[in-house]
Amino acid sequence: MYKRVISRALSSGILFLVCFSANAVSVGERAPEISLPLLDQAKILSLKKHRGKVVYLDFWASWCGSCRVSLPLLSELRTELLNNGFEVLGVNVDAKPEDGIAFLDRFPVSFPVVSDPKGKTPELYQLKGMPTSYLIDKKGVIRHVHVGFKKSDISKIKSEVLVLLNEK
Amino acid sequence: MNKLKCCSLLVVLISLLSSGCVQVNAWERGVLAKQEMGWDPDPLMKQLNDHVYFSKEGSTGGVSLGGGGCGCN
Repeated sequence: MYKRVISRALSSGILFLVCFSANAVSVGERAPEISLPLLDQAKILSLKKHRGKVVYLDFWASWCGSCRVSLPLLSELRTELLNNGFEVLGVNVDAKPEDGIAFLDRFPVSFPVVSDPKGKTPELYQLKGMPTSYLIDKKGVIRHVHVGFKKSDISKIKSEVLVLLNEK
Repeated sequence: MNKLKCCSLLVVLISLLSSGCVQVNAWERGVLAKQEMGWDPDPLMKQLNDHVYFSKEGSTGGVSLGGGGCGCN
């Protein structure tokens, strides 16, 4: 009786923990759909629209220190490879979109940035850190995940993008 | 006795599982990232204060080893 109660309590506890721990989106999975308004306009932009392109999906916020390094470099890379079928999609997760807009005034970027102040998409992707980015191939499958950013990362990202651009 | 043990175990398990710990997700740390939320909002001032403290402690025979409190170490 005593043992049975304990084993039941433990198994229900484990079940509880399993149920409430969501899984992060990982390499090899199809990228969950994103459909959000642009940061500075009401126009809706979706990830689906970029199917057939290599997409670098970047989650960032104005308070994230590494994003000050990553955004200008990604902007340069996007300008360089835009005609080859590469696109960067920024997702700003600031609770106040004005903070994101003020940040972009200081660090302007060439790529589209959508806004998700309620954090629905980062929750869907279960981000582990800021910034987190997903390199998505032409078929919409996540091929690389990057958490955090330092200046030297951009050359690695570029080589990964070039490999994906050469795929059919 | 057994019933009492079971009940106390259940209470412990329930209190562990329904604890008040909330995980702040990576994308929700905007407020925590503010300067005023840091342990040391002004690193330079902290360094100066530490230096003064260290020197004073030295002069009064506090926690540090020797030193005359000249502030030169």
